[in-house]
Amino acid sequence: MELILEMFSHTFIVRAMIVGLLVSLCAALLGVSLVLKRYAMIGTGLSHVGFAAMAIAGVIDMAELTLALPVVVAAAFLLLRVSDSSKIKGDSAVALISTGSLAIGVIVVSLTTGLTLHICNVMFGSIFAMTQATVQLSVVLSIVVIVLFVLFYKQLFAVTYDETFARATGTKTWIYKTLLALLTAVTVVLGMQMMGALLIASLTLFPALTAMRLCKRFLSVVIMAAVIGVSCFFVGMVFSFQFDLPPGASVVGVNLVIFSVFSAIGFFKNGGLA
Amino acid sequence: MPLITCKDVAFAYDGNIVVHGLNFTVNQGDYLCIVGENGSGKTTLMQGLLGLMRPKSGEIELGEDLRHNQIGYMPQQNSSQKDFPASVYEVVLSGRLSSRGALPFYSKRDKEIALSNMEKLGILPMRNKSFRELSGGQQQRVLLSRALCATEKMLLLDEPVNGLDPVATLDLYRAINDLSRDTKITIIMISHDVRTAVEYASHILHLQNSRVYFGTSDLYKETAAGRRFLGGDIDGTNS
Repeated sequence: MELILEMFSHTFIVRAMIVGLLVSLCAALLGVSLVLKRYAMIGTGLSHVGFAAMAIAGVIDMAELTLALPVVVAAAFLLLRVSDSSKIKGDSAVALISTGSLAIGVIVVSLTTGLTLHICNVMFGSIFAMTQATVQLSVVLSIVVIVLFVLFYKQLFAVTYDETFARATGTKTWIYKTLLALLTAVTVVLGMQMMGALLIASLTLFPALTAMRLCKRFLSVVIMAAVIGVSCFFVGMVFSFQFDLPPGASVVGVNLVIFSVFSAIGFFKNGGLA
Repeated sequence: MPLITCKDVAFAYDGNIVVHGLNFTVNQGDYLCIVGENGSGKTTLMQGLLGLMRPKSGEIELGEDLRHNQIGYMPQQNSSQKDFPASVYEVVLSGRLSSRGALPFYSKRDKEIALSNMEKLGILPMRNKSFRELSGGQQQRVLLSRALCATEKMLLLDEPVNGLDPVATLDLYRAINDLSRDTKITIIMISHDVRTAVEYASHILHLQNSRVYFGTSDLYKETAAGRRFLGGDIDGTNS
């Protein structure tokens, strides 16, 4: 308890906590649809595009979010396009775009500043990443993501569960798929600053997959994922503060433990090997 | 009153004609079975009727008070649905989506319609169960209830008994037949199973990249195509 009180006496931790909890919530909510719709790779792909954008922003001395947000949103549209239609299959297209942009980011950085602390922070995240202005923007955007998710919950369910049926009965499914990609893009960019480009995708994957070990209804998966996402972030941050670990890795570590516990419970609940 | 009129309709993929020369009408209360071999254009035609695909030529006319989003559809299951965490109630209720439009959440009326459609198909007692824990036949009943939630007029069913065991198959055919009889809902069904098709359906459309036969089931049994498809021994002519 004292530890937690001490943590919250630091302004930078309070900021990181507020943004992190909101972003974890967004990521967990969207993650359920991403995982079930086999779009999980999109989160990873977008975070690598985000890495390139942030690296370039650092070099040309531009505010990171101002550059990364539009670039990643554009990449989200592109990823949806190619994964749905083109001759290159979805997962290969995502791998192509993500490694491609990673390479561009590395080239730009090597030609200019070299691998500095800034780049290290972009890759693995930093608790000091939050300035007053980014906190405000992040809070507003996260709330927008959560509100849109709730308002379009039934469309997102329908499109995730059975896109063909939804389209056949007159729902414009591309609107909601685009919405999903767009919200994911925003969440990835916001979360990247603290979690790091290499780890942010796990915030969308772990809570959803963990919840699915035990929950059998869509709504309960969504609620359980939200609870898991938020609590794992909180615990992860406490560990990060206590043992001086990078916040991203610490949060993912907690998620990993919870996932294992849930998997084990699910395994025995379903009768083990029998 | 004709609900659907096809006038000389043709469909093409990438410029290759898949099916052409389709002329037929479906009237209110009809039970039409579309039969034909694999690749004969059955599914393509159904996509066209649903408005998911435009005909290359010809015209599909919908009856005066029928719109594309008032057609209930039961697609074939895809593999990702097999382990999707969703309750029976959640799946059936999602059939109300197009009627609800852009408004958030479902209304009380939507929920009542979903419950009554579950009752019609005898799946009300399992509404809180997970879809993936049901048997194949029960899953199809759930998807049929969902399709009913989207329509009061017309159901399109794409091989509903595919992958079911014989008992579940018969059971589902009976359920569909009861629906057709009791609710006067129009049914268009793709089927591989011609024998059952002529037994239950009022009309048959036999496709082989164009129309081989269209008319009542009774007359179909007398045609050469019908006899061949039915195995030739339907009235002893081959023995």
